[in-house]
Amino acid sequence: MTVAAEGSPPLRMARAKGNALLRSEPAQGLALISPTLVYALILLVLPILVVIAHSFWTQNYLTIDRTFTLENYRVALTEPIYRDLLWRSLCISLTVSLLTVLLAYPIAYFISFHGGRHKSLWLFLITIPFWTSYLLRVMSWKVILGYNGVLNSGLMGLGIIDEPSTALLYNSTAVIITLTHAWAAFAILPIFVSLEKVDRTLVEAAKDLGDGPLRSFLRVTLPLSAPGVISAALIVMIPTVGDYVTPKLVGGKDGVMIANAIQAQFGKASNWPLGAALSVTTMVIVTMMAGATVLVIRAVQRLAR
Amino acid sequence: MRALRRFLSGGWLPAYAFLYVVFLYLPVIFLPIFSINTAATPKFPLSGFTLHWYEDLPRTPALLDAAWNSLVVGVSAAILSTVLGILAARSITRYRYPGRRTINGLIMAPLVLPEVIVAISMLLVMLQLGLSLSLFTVVLGHVLVCIPYSMTVLTSGFEGFDRSLEEASADLGESAFGTFRRVTLPMVAPAIISSLLVCFTISLDEFIIAFFLTGTEATLPIYIWGQLRFAAKLPGVLALGTLLLFASFLLMTVAEILRRRAARRTQNEGGLYA
Amino acid sequence: MPEQPSPADRPRSERAMIEIRSVTRSYGAFKALDDASLTIGEGEFFSLLGPSGCGKTTLLRMIAGFDNPTSGSISVAGQPMEGIPANRRPTNMVFQSYAIFPHLNVEQNVAYGLKRLKLQGSEEKRRVEEALAQVSLTGLGKRLATELSGGQRQRVALARALVMRPKVLLLDEPLSALDKKLREQMQVELRRLQQAVGITFVLVTHDQYEALAMSDRIAVMFGGRIAQVASPKEIYQRPVNRQVADFLGGMNFVKGEIVEENGASLVVDTLGFGRIKTDKPKAFVRNGGSATLGIRPERLRVLWDNATAKFEVAGKVVERHYFGEITHLIVEIPGLEKPLSVTETNDFGADDIPVGTSIRLAYEPEALVAMAD
Repeated sequence: MTVAAEGSPPLRMARAKGNALLRSEPAQGLALISPTLVYALILLVLPILVVIAHSFWTQNYLTIDRTFTLENYRVALTEPIYRDLLWRSLCISLTVSLLTVLLAYPIAYFISFHGGRHKSLWLFLITIPFWTSYLLRVMSWKVILGYNGVLNSGLMGLGIIDEPSTALLYNSTAVIITLTHAWAAFAILPIFVSLEKVDRTLVEAAKDLGDGPLRSFLRVTLPLSAPGVISAALIVMIPTVGDYVTPKLVGGKDGVMIANAIQAQFGKASNWPLGAALSVTTMVIVTMMAGATVLVIRAVQRLAR
Repeated sequence: MRALRRFLSGGWLPAYAFLYVVFLYLPVIFLPIFSINTAATPKFPLSGFTLHWYEDLPRTPALLDAAWNSLVVGVSAAILSTVLGILAARSITRYRYPGRRTINGLIMAPLVLPEVIVAISMLLVMLQLGLSLSLFTVVLGHVLVCIPYSMTVLTSGFEGFDRSLEEASADLGESAFGTFRRVTLPMVAPAIISSLLVCFTISLDEFIIAFFLTGTEATLPIYIWGQLRFAAKLPGVLALGTLLLFASFLLMTVAEILRRRAARRTQNEGGLYA
Repeated sequence: MPEQPSPADRPRSERAMIEIRSVTRSYGAFKALDDASLTIGEGEFFSLLGPSGCGKTTLLRMIAGFDNPTSGSISVAGQPMEGIPANRRPTNMVFQSYAIFPHLNVEQNVAYGLKRLKLQGSEEKRRVEEALAQVSLTGLGKRLATELSGGQRQRVALARALVMRPKVLLLDEPLSALDKKLREQMQVELRRLQQAVGITFVLVTHDQYEALAMSDRIAVMFGGRIAQVASPKEIYQRPVNRQVADFLGGMNFVKGEIVEENGASLVVDTLGFGRIKTDKPKAFVRNGGSATLGIRPERLRVLWDNATAKFEVAGKVVERHYFGEITHLIVEIPGLEKPLSVTETNDFGADDIPVGTSIRLAYEPEALVAMAD
């Protein structure tokens, strides 16, 4: 109901000439967005700052020692266990982003260029499974890949294998498969949006100037959709690095990722500062990786011309 | 050579699209299939049809509590995040001011941040502020992750809202509040309802934040998480999961229909006004 | 179609309905409107004409109350409008996009403003019916806004504004979204409607034909300034400067030396047309010894065979462009810097004159009008 109070700006301007600054368009816009902004500041920005602060502190049992130290970062970056976990998380997330983008691009392309009247139906069809619980989707992969699961029993039933394979569940591959499935729609949407923006006459112009289908795709469509590819890669990469549920349910010992270690520091191990340092390290490294990805895609885009 | 040309001209795309959709849906479809199977472990061949697992559900008090908690959290989170979403979406679509994009980016950030990190950061602050963990803290967390979705839905409803409609209302003698009530609200109502449904669905399905921020009370996903440890409970979990699945499908379909209606409404055909 | 008096001859009420005094609207250093003054009479059909960005829409929106002057004042029906918001002004507007409420049907759209007046149910219904009849939409009351054609939407917008019985109806490019044929039909209808209801109409348009066809008077605007206010005929025939002349249609410009100037007339020596005696414009400012004269292409007539005229020039056709009912000839005249453009109707075969033909053109000296550069 608060929206009602702002009215339409010209009316307000008429009423309050003296207070032009407060009634100006920027001021009204800012005033209107301020509750949401304040909410995000208190529950997102402030918490992240608090985490950063904690990462420089130490904990003795239940009390926090607030003297500045880099010890947590030393542990996070040099202890083999954390180093390995971080490395594995990054590898998994990079693989997953690459796979999702590669698998998603043809679909986005198909819907955008050949979707015809049914574009929105296709999009709806593809996004709807992702509005179901993430937990449930991971759970269904556990059901599929499990020792007594769908895949093993199905393959045995078909006589392809004699005994259940243990290679399916509880390893990094299971994590990669599950995450690739889980994030598919998130990769399709940005690529689709950028493909929609490609002016069709540009493709026709390329063909008119002598390019075949492959060359016109490589020289026009693909470079122009690069922004979509970039955001698809990032939108998958950043959250998957910190995924908790998938490694926990289908990862087993081999598939544990950094988020599980972070959670442990806030749970059983009860070492908040170390958990905070691990979080910050993860964020910094994933940001660097994201930046590198953008640069690589841009470089490839330039080469393609 | 011919095969290569066919490949390049994209003749394989429809087949690929079909397989992709199968890949997307297949895992999800196993839940309902095994929830009506008599065997206690999900494997082929299917052993027989039963509704037994569903009949057990209402007889589990812990589950009923979790369902009630999920409902309370979902409704509160949906209302709060939609109100905050309305303010932000209206501000973003209607006004131009410096920092608009930055603020928008900040509000949308929870969408792309690792959920665990968002959850533990909030956990730290809430503990520092002396809030005891409860369903209330879960609501606070859910609102933060719901706002981006609410914004997306509402922005598509507000965008293209012809400003001259509100001017026309004022021109015909209506006050600012009357204009809001008689023009703005009815036009964006479908988008608002759509946002409520989307946010409710997200809250209903959300696990990580609830997992970190709740005290002793469980929501449905937390209940399911707890049950997953017991292999014997799996069919019951599958049945519950199936119900959640269908609830989400239904809510999101309605939400999508409403969102489209809202978007269509605001597309004023004579939209030459600049 | 009933006989209509031509707009220029129609007696205009002496009472002012809208008074605009030295209104300026600036956005930072940019002046959208610069010291504009204007009086619009009661019952007048008045047009603000100019290219986009000339300030005409800004002025209209300030009359409506959607914008406010940085300085200067506007009054409507003798009442100063400063501080009065749009919803309390005796003006109603037809928006360029029509702004038909898409969630309401035709009737509800038209009744939108009446709801605030708390009329009796039957009275409200009667007024809605009346307004719909005025715009020939009787029977379409239950249609949804989304089911209407462009022309119908425009009529709804008109009815919705007229039903409020405003003192002034403001129209912001109301015909620009319609196709050519419908636009011409609506020009006639709008004019007829205005005469029937008798209230002041202020129309914003960038289409000179629209303004000429409908208005009692026109204000031509450029770059935030009002260049000329006059009847359509006056504006077309006696534009005050080259810019106005050009905007209203084709004009041949002829330079000359002033040999005599007195209170009412000028005598100018031109190269192609010889010595011309012409009326001196009211606001004529002498710029050294030279003057610019203008003559519309249709005021030059081709002389066939041995026909003669009291005033004529001879030249050679260098280009010919066919436009259906008329032909456009470009004729080089010895001594003139630029060739003349001539518009001739095709009933005598102007479309068959070969390029390269030597022809003679007849003109009336009064058709050559002096103007500022």
